[in-house]
Amino acid sequence: LKVINCCVWDPSGEIFELKAELNSDKKEKKKEAVKKVIASMTVGKDVSALFPDVVNCMQTDNLELKKLVYLYLMNYAKSQPDMAIMAVNTFVKDCEDPNPLIRALAVRTMGCIRVDKITEYLCEPLRKCLKDEDPYVRKTAAVCVAKLHDINAQLVEDQGFLDTLKDLISDSNPMVVANAVAALSEIAESHPNSNLLDLNPQTINKLLTALNECTEWGQIFILDCLANYMPCDDRESQSICERVTPRLSHANSAVVLSAVKVLMKFMEMLPKDLDYYGTLLKKLAPPLVTLLSAEAELQYVALRNINLIVQKRPEILKHEMKVFFVKYNDPIYVKLEKLDIMIRLASQANIAQVLAELKEYATEVDVDFVRKAVRAIGRCAIKVEQSAERCVSTLLDLIQTKVNYVVQEAIVVIKDIFRKYPNKYESVIATLCENLDSLDEPEARAAMIWIVGEYAERIDNADELLESFLEGFHDESAQVQLQLLTAIVKLFLKKPTETQELVQQVLSLATQDSDNPDLRDRGYIYWRLLSTDPVAAKEVVLAEKPLISEETDLIEPTLLEELICHIGTLASVYHKPPSAFVEGSRGVQHKRLPARMGAGLGVAPAAMPASLGGAPAVGGGLGDLFDLGGGVGMPTGSYVAPKTVWLLAIKAKGLEISGTFARRGGIIQMDLSLTNKAMSVMTDFAVQFNRNSFGLAPAGPMQVLTPLSPNQTIDVSLPLSMSGPVMKMEPLNNLQVAVKNNIDVFYFSCQYPLSLLFVEDGRFYRQVFLATWKDIPNDSEAQFQIKDIHLNSDVASNKLQGSNIFTIAKRTVEGQDMLYQSIKLTNGIWVLAEMRIQTGNPNYTKTNGFRDCMQKQMYDSTSVVRFSSK
Amino acid sequence: MIHSLFLISNAGDLFLEKHWKSVISRSVCDYFFEAREKAVEPDNVPPVIRTPHHYLINIYREKIFFVSVIQTEVPPLFVIEFLHRVAETFQDYFGECSETTIKDNVVIVYELLEEMLDNGFPLATESNILKELIRPPTILRSMVNTITGSSNVGETLPTGQLSTIPWRRAGVKYTSNEAYFDVVEEIDAILDKSGTAVFAEIQGVIDACVKLSGMPDLTLSFMNPRLLDDVSFHPCVRYKRWESERVISFIPPDGNFQLMSYHISAQNLVAIPVYVKQNISFFETGSSGRLDITVGPKQTMGKTLECLVVTVHMPKVVLSANLSATQGTYNYDPVTKILVWDIGKLNPQKLPNLKGSLSLQSGAPKPEENPSLNIDLKIQQLAISGLKVNRLDVYGEKYKPFKGVKYVTKAGKFQVRT
Repeated sequence: LKVINCCVWDPSGEIFELKAELNSDKKEKKKEAVKKVIASMTVGKDVSALFPDVVNCMQTDNLELKKLVYLYLMNYAKSQPDMAIMAVNTFVKDCEDPNPLIRALAVRTMGCIRVDKITEYLCEPLRKCLKDEDPYVRKTAAVCVAKLHDINAQLVEDQGFLDTLKDLISDSNPMVVANAVAALSEIAESHPNSNLLDLNPQTINKLLTALNECTEWGQIFILDCLANYMPCDDRESQSICERVTPRLSHANSAVVLSAVKVLMKFMEMLPKDLDYYGTLLKKLAPPLVTLLSAEAELQYVALRNINLIVQKRPEILKHEMKVFFVKYNDPIYVKLEKLDIMIRLASQANIAQVLAELKEYATEVDVDFVRKAVRAIGRCAIKVEQSAERCVSTLLDLIQTKVNYVVQEAIVVIKDIFRKYPNKYESVIATLCENLDSLDEPEARAAMIWIVGEYAERIDNADELLESFLEGFHDESAQVQLQLLTAIVKLFLKKPTETQELVQQVLSLATQDSDNPDLRDRGYIYWRLLSTDPVAAKEVVLAEKPLISEETDLIEPTLLEELICHIGTLASVYHKPPSAFVEGSRGVQHKRLPARMGAGLGVAPAAMPASLGGAPAVGGGLGDLFDLGGGVGMPTGSYVAPKTVWLLAIKAKGLEISGTFARRGGIIQMDLSLTNKAMSVMTDFAVQFNRNSFGLAPAGPMQVLTPLSPNQTIDVSLPLSMSGPVMKMEPLNNLQVAVKNNIDVFYFSCQYPLSLLFVEDGRFYRQVFLATWKDIPNDSEAQFQIKDIHLNSDVASNKLQGSNIFTIAKRTVEGQDMLYQSIKLTNGIWVLAEMRIQTGNPNYTKTNGFRDCMQKQMYDSTSVVRFSSK
Repeated sequence: MIHSLFLISNAGDLFLEKHWKSVISRSVCDYFFEAREKAVEPDNVPPVIRTPHHYLINIYREKIFFVSVIQTEVPPLFVIEFLHRVAETFQDYFGECSETTIKDNVVIVYELLEEMLDNGFPLATESNILKELIRPPTILRSMVNTITGSSNVGETLPTGQLSTIPWRRAGVKYTSNEAYFDVVEEIDAILDKSGTAVFAEIQGVIDACVKLSGMPDLTLSFMNPRLLDDVSFHPCVRYKRWESERVISFIPPDGNFQLMSYHISAQNLVAIPVYVKQNISFFETGSSGRLDITVGPKQTMGKTLECLVVTVHMPKVVLSANLSATQGTYNYDPVTKILVWDIGKLNPQKLPNLKGSLSLQSGAPKPEENPSLNIDLKIQQLAISGLKVNRLDVYGEKYKPFKGVKYVTKAGKFQVRT
């Protein structure tokens, strides 16, 4: 039956005709007329004028006619809300129809009519349908709740539909369960903090049962929902994994990827030495490979996700390099993704294969792809050191092809290779210089200029080369101008005699004739440096550059973890957290991978960021030891500095930590105050230290027994041992700490007073003190002056003893009290000290001698030991 | 979930729209048109396009773009799989999925889309269920309908939709019961200049045509199931039995369906049935080049290669080709720059050869890129991996059905580099 005629649509005439047909007495004619109306509507013609006539056809026993009228209603009810009311009665009646198909159809259609007045009438029929005896009606009604929520969220909550929906998760029919999960997930997206999908082991079990029996789409909803669950322990985690694994063999790729997400997330909790962990890793590879033989669009999404998986767990696909080889008829978006993954998988074992492929790609037709392939060769050189030489020679081969864009890309990456392996491949410079004239892209020109400047002393005609660029200085892009300026200054510093004129020229071009502030500023800086202190200029400009890192485009670990939790979603396609771009998701919660059980923190201490800001002032000088704030009285123990804030709440999602260190009864303790300034309860605290100078490490787990509710503060004492791994820190008493809770892992650094490490048996033998003192070489001595201390020698001596600084002897010379003292550190180093106190003079002088000059070296670099003298 | 769907022809004509939630203005497609223009080739349009308020996820099938609009975080694969399902359903219903057939059957299309998605959630996507709900158009039926006044829409509740076997309708009856299986293997390979396989794998599928009455429970077993370690099954297959016994046990859908697909990537299992000796070169001067291609059989397991076609994508500067073929015909299309050499059946005694000269745009430099060859071929009665079906057993029903298995091997993405 042809419904579209080729004739021109004549609104008035045709509509008139249809109107007549719709009101015809003949059933068949009516139906044909409605069909024509629908056909016109489908192609975007406005047939809303026929609304009353079409609605009149609704009261019919003919299912097809009813469906067609419903279709029409859904489309036009919005523009004719008053008319739409006319249809309400029929809907309500249909919801009571003995035929479940009609009941479902009515409730389904009603939900699609986005008119406020209609939604009011919808509530009662919907409530009935949610409890209908027929599962087909129930599953349709479940979706209807989501529709209604989209139109009027308040109404849905007031009517208690959300609770009914939650009950449906335990329905006996798997389709109903799946639809309830789907509807709840959609509603939850606009209510990030509501506990709509309250998952517990019972509901999880229900979902896993339904998973086996529902449709492929239902499986996707259920798997995505499962991925939000946090198993209580590794056993539960394993049992979920076992029940999800069969989904990896599903024909629907979305089911496969959602299953991969669940497994990737939950295997995080499994101990790595578990056999099952290895089995699971092996099972993940084939389905991922299979995704790559699907249609191009599916491949694209799969590849974006595999890119994440490869970064998180490279072991899964390390043997599957070949499936990422590019086919010439792959769409460009697939080619570029495959290339990216190939580089990530490149290793010494497969580099020869990869390079051969990349070289092949460099002769392809698509320019973008060729460029990326050339860059990839450079990235391989930087990533796999053993292959660098081969990569360079491949690049040289490519330069010989003289294909313009290939040459330019090659030069850009060779610059990076020079940065990574200085003084190794400079022999190729001559070849590069031959191609100077063909470079027309700023990036390539800048790279070439950098090379010339950096190796000016090895290029005989470096000045000529750079001069040739200078001619069109103002036509160059800013990138090239900056590079040219620096390169000429470098050249001048290396060959000052021949290039004075050149450097003058570039400086004046940069400072006087340019209106680019960056360029001008850089020009002035160089100019002043050169004119005031050429030696300093040399040190600055020709300073040794840090090596570039291996992989420049890895996703930052916390973001990667979050993205792994979002495998298969848009976030995983864009490699951005959902909060960054999804509209309508107000305040999406950040998802985290669960921590592995028993392993404490999920981070290796070595991976702690080195530069931690906000370290408080050193709390460990001698001034502190005298407890100046404390005033009078005999000290009973070592000095304990007041607590300072180590971790600010704004940096740690509401967790504030302040603390100090103390030595009590020979045990070093870290006293912490944890304050919850967030809105939610914090639990699961754990602490770990990075390697430090004296091997400080927690002697036991942090005891936070009760959950920390909002605005609550608890004090914790953490006993420390000296048995941790040792690494010299800067400053010496720096300590980097990681604290974990249910929300995240946070890092901060603090400094402990050195007096913490003074042991109780630090009293030196009086007899040998003098001889030892004399034995200490002069360069192991240091002197400090301590100012503004109003204590007499006895009080001072007592106070210091509280901190395990022992006075061995005392004598008075010329009105000065001389105290001879000893200290022993936890690692067995002895420190001997002489303290001179001039009575009435608040400035003390102290000389320290280190018994072990090897150790002295260690202290040289610190400013922490602030004892001493004149 | 899925908000709206727009169908756009290759020429950029938006010819159908369907909204499952509120109506989204078709102006949203402007972003698609922009991307479409940028991509030049329709195949290169990125599948996921971001616009300020929506995401457009699209597939390109049979010269039609299926563009779906989504507003919230939805798994893109979910949407793409669904769009594929839509295209397949149209194909199934109308014989082909083209702009003309969709326009001709616009009401059915609309009814189908309405049944397939509710509020953006997939509702009925199994062809069996859909066909119960909306009968496909046939000339006979439309005649019958006009005479009797009956309609296209089923009056009963689709039986499969709620049972635990949603893919099969109840009460199927055939006078002759038959079950046929096609094992189809495609070789994807990249051969380098010297003819060595850089990469080779087999994509296999088992298509089934099962017309059996009642509720038969089938078991299909293989002579060498060990070959299959990477498989995807139709939802009807019981995965547990495959895991434990390596047999495929299932209650089949009615009619045609894909039972399983598999993937064999171990290099030693992938035989390359053909070799190509080729030399395509361009002269530095004179704006011309030479082409010489010979094709011969390699590991064919004693079978004949049929439907052999060699396709060469020439560099843009190649204007025409003056060649002679010892077998088959060749055709060079100067617009698409594609040379097609249709060889047909390969005779191992007399290897086909295509030889001659290529002429280039005058004054154009020697082309920079290497042309690459694509091979198409077919081998009847052979699954190149060696996979063999052992037997098919029917349980639960008493009749003895006709059974049969056919094997065929084809070239998939089979590429030879020059």
